Amino acid sequence: MVQSPRSLSSQAPYLTVSVTDPAKMGNGVQAYISYKVITKTNFPEYQGPEKIVIRRYSDFVWLRDRLFENYKGIFIPPLPEKSTVEKFRFSAEFIEMRRQALDVFVNRIASHHELRQSEDLKTFLLEDEQTMERSRSQETGIFKKKPADIMQIFKDVQSKVSDVVLGKEKPVEESNPEYEKQKNYIFQLEDHLAEAQKHAYRLVKRHRELGQSLSDFGKAVKLLGNCEGNSLGKAFSELGAKSEMLSIKLQREAHHLLMNFEEPLKDYVRAVQSIKATIAERANAFRHHCELAETIKFKEIDLNKLRLTRSEKLAEAEREYEQLKADGEELKMKFETIVKLMNEEIARFQEQKTIDMGVAFHELAKGQAQLAKSMAEAWRSLLPKLEACSS
Amino acid sequence: MMEYENQGYDEAHLYASKEEMSSLVLNEDPSPPSNGSKSFSDDPLSSAPPFVEIPTDDADPLHSPSPNEVLPNHSSINSILEPPSYADAIFQSFDSDYIDSAEVNSQDQSLSALSSFSSDYVKICVSDPQKEQEQSGSLVPGVSYYFTYLITTFTNLLEFNGAEFNVRRRFRDVVTLSDRISESYRGLFIPIRPDKSVVESQVMQQNEFVEQRRMALEKYLGKLAMHPVLKRSEELLVFLTVPGKMPLARTTDVSSRMLDGTVRLPKQLFGGESAVGGAAKVSEVAQPAKGGRDLLRIFRELRQSVVNDWGATKPPVIEEDKEFLEKKEKLQDFEQQISNMSQQAESLVKNQHDMGETMGQLGLAFVKLTKFETEEAIYDSQRACAADMKNVATAAVKASRLYRELNAQTVKHLDKFHEYLGLMLAVNNAFSDRTNALLTVQTLLSELSSLNLRIEKLEAASSKIFGGDRSRIRKIEELRETIRVTEEAKNCAVREYEQIKENNKNELERLDRDRHNDFLSMLKGFVVNQAGYAAKIANTWETVAEETSGYAK
Repeated sequence: MVQSPRSLSSQAPYLTVSVTDPAKMGNGVQAYISYKVITKTNFPEYQGPEKIVIRRYSDFVWLRDRLFENYKGIFIPPLPEKSTVEKFRFSAEFIEMRRQALDVFVNRIASHHELRQSEDLKTFLLEDEQTMERSRSQETGIFKKKPADIMQIFKDVQSKVSDVVLGKEKPVEESNPEYEKQKNYIFQLEDHLAEAQKHAYRLVKRHRELGQSLSDFGKAVKLLGNCEGNSLGKAFSELGAKSEMLSIKLQREAHHLLMNFEEPLKDYVRAVQSIKATIAERANAFRHHCELAETIKFKEIDLNKLRLTRSEKLAEAEREYEQLKADGEELKMKFETIVKLMNEEIARFQEQKTIDMGVAFHELAKGQAQLAKSMAEAWRSLLPKLEACSS
Repeated sequence: MMEYENQGYDEAHLYASKEEMSSLVLNEDPSPPSNGSKSFSDDPLSSAPPFVEIPTDDADPLHSPSPNEVLPNHSSINSILEPPSYADAIFQSFDSDYIDSAEVNSQDQSLSALSSFSSDYVKICVSDPQKEQEQSGSLVPGVSYYFTYLITTFTNLLEFNGAEFNVRRRFRDVVTLSDRISESYRGLFIPIRPDKSVVESQVMQQNEFVEQRRMALEKYLGKLAMHPVLKRSEELLVFLTVPGKMPLARTTDVSSRMLDGTVRLPKQLFGGESAVGGAAKVSEVAQPAKGGRDLLRIFRELRQSVVNDWGATKPPVIEEDKEFLEKKEKLQDFEQQISNMSQQAESLVKNQHDMGETMGQLGLAFVKLTKFETEEAIYDSQRACAADMKNVATAAVKASRLYRELNAQTVKHLDKFHEYLGLMLAVNNAFSDRTNALLTVQTLLSELSSLNLRIEKLEAASSKIFGGDRSRIRKIEELRETIRVTEEAKNCAVREYEQIKENNKNELERLDRDRHNDFLSMLKGFVVNQAGYAAKIANTWETVAEETSGYAK
């Protein structure tokens, strides 16, 4: 069973996924990378222990957007970014980093007790490519608005205008001090993490640069050794050879650092950004709920007016009023669901992050220790020969 | 086994010292009393010095530590990082397990491996730059200034007639010293004096420039003091011991004054073979033999060399000594490799520095994160994460300091390559001396032969006239006189040439010996250094690896 490095261990019902075998498809501007997505599960609704499908990056984006729409309040696992620089789009390193991140993404969904039950996940994991493509093109991305949303935008604008007219300019926000604290925490955390990630990336670069430098140094030492001749010349040659060997180790450690320390840090940053998106959703939900509550209040005033005048519009107004109240209840529930979910999610998030970072730290420490140890050994091995030279 | 002086950190000539100062992070503050920096001594949390001194910083006289430069909030950082864990980061020399008998040879002065405390030593310190006003008599209106330096010499050489001397000299005096030595000791590998570099002095701050010059002078005089012949030279002795105005006369060689500061001039103009990678020794253009010098002679030799160059497809001076030619070729190859080595060494030092710097920045970022998570912690998982982060931050910062120290030592070791690059210039000059001396001999020989030819012609013409030709006979007498003088000059030139050849030979032998010793000790030092610090860095990270081993898959 291929276990993703970051999935929680699951008992009897299991669902694990691996994203593998990136392959370049198509040509020129249309070219893209496809991935093999292998699902292993004993969920009854999945009809079978194993299924393999082919997916591309935009399919993952579709899944993320769908989950975000339907599971408000839950922190949707983050996706790796689109590549902005053309020439890196097909570099081996970028592809590997993306593959790893996508694998982590799907497995996180697969191990989340609510998200794993999603229909969209099932579609993503099981449907053939044509069905997938159809679904994908029907949906629009999270930042593109559907017709319903466009109406909502107008409504929002309307209410803002009326707010201004009525003298209420401030956007409606929760006044929950604990939640405020949490929001601040998230925003500051992102800044701190981004800085750490920036330096982690630089550290990778330094390893590469030092590696290159040692390689050049080694070559130069060897050439100088040729000038010297005799035992000293040989010592130089050996030094040069060790330098070149260590250069290779440095390059390896650079890659290891990138995949096992810098990427997890970057992933952490993305996760925090995903939380920010959920925070925005919660704010939206709260605002809609409040605005509707306002609307209901006005409606009630109107209704009472109509009652007093015994207008024939009363019946219809009463129906509308009831409808509004039902809507209001729904929005309130939506909002409260989000609040409840968020509280659970944040605890879960902290726990998971501690583990993820712990692993990353371990990899960092292990890698650095191993590198330093082999460097010490390599240099030390030269000493006996150098001793021999002086006699 | 060679004995080496353990210089410690005091005379570190750090190439990157300034950068390093401002880059990291946790500030090197020595135990409160010894340093004027105030911030730490006021800090209630630092009763024991949390960060240990890296003495290299103290050594730089121009750098006043600016402790608050990097960190906004010292006390909070102190509280995050445990003082005791830094004990490991402190050490002023390596662990004894890694060292045999060879330690860092950080004597900038040495081209040979002998310790300066052996039988005959001359130790020179340059200090106390003072600004003085130029005396009147300058054509330029207004006041101009120059700097003088205090030159202190400690020696046990008998020739000096004393153990300690103090004199004041200005840079111009050093130029004179250098010129005079070049004239008197042709053929030796004479250390190259510091540049006049007017341009740099305009770009830099004055006190920076003066400090750089002071260091360069000390280095230069030290090199002179290490040379087995030059350390006993009259010129150096006078320079170091005679107080008051410098008694050495400035050279009257017009051409040398004209040419100092020019960069590269066409080979054909200035005679002889130009050495690989460098112009011919410009201060020695067609230096005639000691017997006499005049501009006429200079131009004649120029003409001769031009004739030689144009006339021949082979080099104008025919060096018969096969052994010498072989050595010369080898040295040319060596010079190329040294130049390459010097470049790579600089690059390596830079990259090691960058590694340390970035590691430190990463550590600092995690320090901030740790503080943040600790303060904001609501869940236990956050506290656990903060604890892990703290370990990583500590290790990263420690590793960063270790890299910094490693690099400081590496600079000292690899400096040897830069030194030898400088030495190659001296070698090329010495070879130019030889070429020029041979040119002089050739010139004089050809003069002699042309004079003899003229006498022959005159005698032939004169013999045709019955009773002799008074004017012609007189002419012949004059010519014979000229020949006599020229013959003397030629003999002088030949002696000079032989002396120079001898000097070359001795110096080449010395170079071979010294080179072997120098490089061996450098390699050892470099390797020991790398191994030692790598082991320490490994330990630092192993601790964290163990502490986080619970997360291992």
